[in-house]
Amino acid sequence: MAHEATHDHHDHHHAPQGFFQRWVMSTNHKDIGTLYLVFSLTMFFIGGSFAMVIRAELFKPGLDLVQPYFFNEMTTMHALVMIFGAIMPAFVGLGNWMIPLMIGAPDMALPRMNNLSFWILPFAFALMLSTLFLPGGGPAGGWTMYPPLSLQSSSLAYVVFAIHLMGISSIMGAINIIATILNMRAPGMDLLKMPVFVWSWLITAFLLIAVMPVLAGAVTMLLTDKYFGTSFFNPGGGGDPVLYQHVFWFFGHPEVYIMILPAFGIISEIVPTFARKPIFGYRAMVYAIACIAFLSFIVWAHHMFAVGLPLGADIFFMYATMLIAVPTGVKVFNWVATMWGGSMTFETPMLFAVAFIILFTIGGFSGLMLALVPADFQYHDTYFVVAHFHYVLVTGAAFAIMGGTYYWLPKWTGHMYNEFWGKVHFWCSVVFVNVLFFPQHFLGLAGMPRRIPDYNVAFANFNMISSIGGFLFGASQLIFLGVVVHCAFFARKKAADRVWEGAKGLEWTVPSPAPHHTFEVPPVVRDEELAHGHVDD
Amino acid sequence: MSQQHDVYYVPSKSQWPIVAAVVMFLTVFGAAHWLNAEPGDTGFGKTVIAIGAVGVLGMFFGWFRSVIKESLAGNYNHQVDTSFRMGMMWFIFSEVMFFGAFFGALFYIRNFSVPWLGGEGHGVLTHQYLYEAYSGSWGVAGGNGPLHVGGAFSVVQPWGLPLLNTLILLTSSVTVTIAHHALRAGHRGRILLFLGLTVLLGATFLYCQAHEYMEAYKELNLTLHSGVYGSTFFMLTGFHGLHVTLGTIMLAVIWCRVLKGHFNKEHHFGFEAVAWYWHFVDVVWLGLFLFVYIL
Repeated sequence: MAHEATHDHHDHHHAPQGFFQRWVMSTNHKDIGTLYLVFSLTMFFIGGSFAMVIRAELFKPGLDLVQPYFFNEMTTMHALVMIFGAIMPAFVGLGNWMIPLMIGAPDMALPRMNNLSFWILPFAFALMLSTLFLPGGGPAGGWTMYPPLSLQSSSLAYVVFAIHLMGISSIMGAINIIATILNMRAPGMDLLKMPVFVWSWLITAFLLIAVMPVLAGAVTMLLTDKYFGTSFFNPGGGGDPVLYQHVFWFFGHPEVYIMILPAFGIISEIVPTFARKPIFGYRAMVYAIACIAFLSFIVWAHHMFAVGLPLGADIFFMYATMLIAVPTGVKVFNWVATMWGGSMTFETPMLFAVAFIILFTIGGFSGLMLALVPADFQYHDTYFVVAHFHYVLVTGAAFAIMGGTYYWLPKWTGHMYNEFWGKVHFWCSVVFVNVLFFPQHFLGLAGMPRRIPDYNVAFANFNMISSIGGFLFGASQLIFLGVVVHCAFFARKKAADRVWEGAKGLEWTVPSPAPHHTFEVPPVVRDEELAHGHVDD
Repeated sequence: MSQQHDVYYVPSKSQWPIVAAVVMFLTVFGAAHWLNAEPGDTGFGKTVIAIGAVGVLGMFFGWFRSVIKESLAGNYNHQVDTSFRMGMMWFIFSEVMFFGAFFGALFYIRNFSVPWLGGEGHGVLTHQYLYEAYSGSWGVAGGNGPLHVGGAFSVVQPWGLPLLNTLILLTSSVTVTIAHHALRAGHRGRILLFLGLTVLLGATFLYCQAHEYMEAYKELNLTLHSGVYGSTFFMLTGFHGLHVTLGTIMLAVIWCRVLKGHFNKEHHFGFEAVAWYWHFVDVVWLGLFLFVYIL
């Protein structure tokens, strides 16, 4: 080991040769970022196939295709895979790739821990997905795992341990990102000159470290209640099932922002580039993210209005929740103001960013409706909720990830992706995602409950429309896969260092593709190179 | 350590992360299998846990060995040192939040769920229909809930062994600080003495804790099954005990490293990280002593 360590700084500008050495023993933020992104894309398709099963069963009323228990496994697994396997690793992958490039660091602060953070994930998901093939079946009580229902599942231990592993992975990843941002910035890269994406990840990482251990505590209590005879969630022993919901949602609500703040960051990079204007109100954007993160800790019980909370709690959590609309509104306003008067072009990343702003805002508004206690009594556990969180997670988080992928793909591969097929992917996605989820608002308002494999014939038409949208949206993602694979392996058109005309920031000063090692000595950062070099507001 | 500051340091490739991922997976896979074992099981789960656990120990040994070697070779500059410090600080913060979940559960149970089952607040009807005889008080009278899960029990009195344990941990925090000052002053003998004392105090704490558990199980009938009282008592003190165990092992490792002369006045982050961890464990205990034993 020691002899390897000593010649570290002099060697390879190119990637090391051995496949195992390069991808499994890596200490390189770009390779680990790529691993994260590939893993995330794989999980996106696995979780997506579960969603296809759900939509196929709901295509028309009646129990046609699958058994109810299997349907419940699908809803549970779809959520767990998409949240912990697709969205979160995608953001960590983008952060891994871009944060060191954006702040002028040679790599992440703790590169070996970075590798461990990634390699825990395939094992954790193998553990979790293996439960689908166990004699007792997989978890089927919903991804929130509320007791007492979740305690009936024989696969609980597997899922709890898988979540422990994912938590360890997330905490280490977050520690790494904080240490990188606070400790590895190049001289001249002041905190308030960092790209908004870096800021969003700094705050997200704080949220991760603060709440992943709380989730670990919650699921540990489930484990001991089932296997070791504790009574945390058993009223006969003095406990309360609602206690689980409190602890879970104390994690769960910040988790929601863990899945959207980095998306805000990505959009804040894309919009100024294609509007060819600096972002409007840089500081307000940063403070808004911090404000949203703070509020996320005091709104958790809005997920539980229907369990019978004391009235004072209902009112507090209702008002605290509605407060979040203020900083979120600041962000949406600033993105629009950034575009105002800009000389805009609409390449694929910008199309995704614009769609994000519009559709995420729709999801935000339905969230405001759900925040109202009396209205929530009506909407709770209906398809309205399903429509709401898919607008913020699919057209929010996933669209931002796709936009970010198109935005940075030429930097990663050194080749331009196919713009025509990128646009086809965008237009298919944006049309079909609305066909898929918009009718679900109406279904929910009409009273269709979520997580049920059968429904009243009155809901048949909208469900059929939604399912058709779902299949086509799913199929559209194959175009995405095609564009990415083509760009990575077959594209001919070389990408310039500054891929996009209006792009500013350190990541565009390094060659495309970014060499295996960048910034081996700290670059001297000049304000005019930065997207936010002149902060004057 | 003599690294110039204008060059970044990126560590070499390492096999330890993938080894760590594999052994962690084996441990939890074995544990899950063991928990679901049917009667007449072959013991497959236990075997896998054992392999995984030995693997975890070996992995920590190997990984830290390589890091120590690199540190002694002078590869780590000031920036790496700062990254390590931040890593440890945020790790401890995550541990704080982990204990926070269990303390939060304790507060919720004591302030809401138990009184509500006793008919307070909006628990009136539940109380009336289901648990009319239940008083909703904590401790011996109602700590195991309206169904008296686990049967009648007595509680551990705070002013005996727990008070002694409090004094032991507080003293150990003082001794580890004296050792730290000795390290900065370069008195190796004094470091070894006081760090050794800290390890012994940690081990004594664990001995007392084990004694207390045995007494609770055998004489007080206070077990993990004793309703929420037993659940919160053993989960909080148990996880704390695990952390003391880990901390004691880490202190012992640091003692060996001092003996081998790995540290000097300026560079002893390994020592400091373990000292921080020890203080954290100490503070958690104070919370436990107050909220679990006294109140």
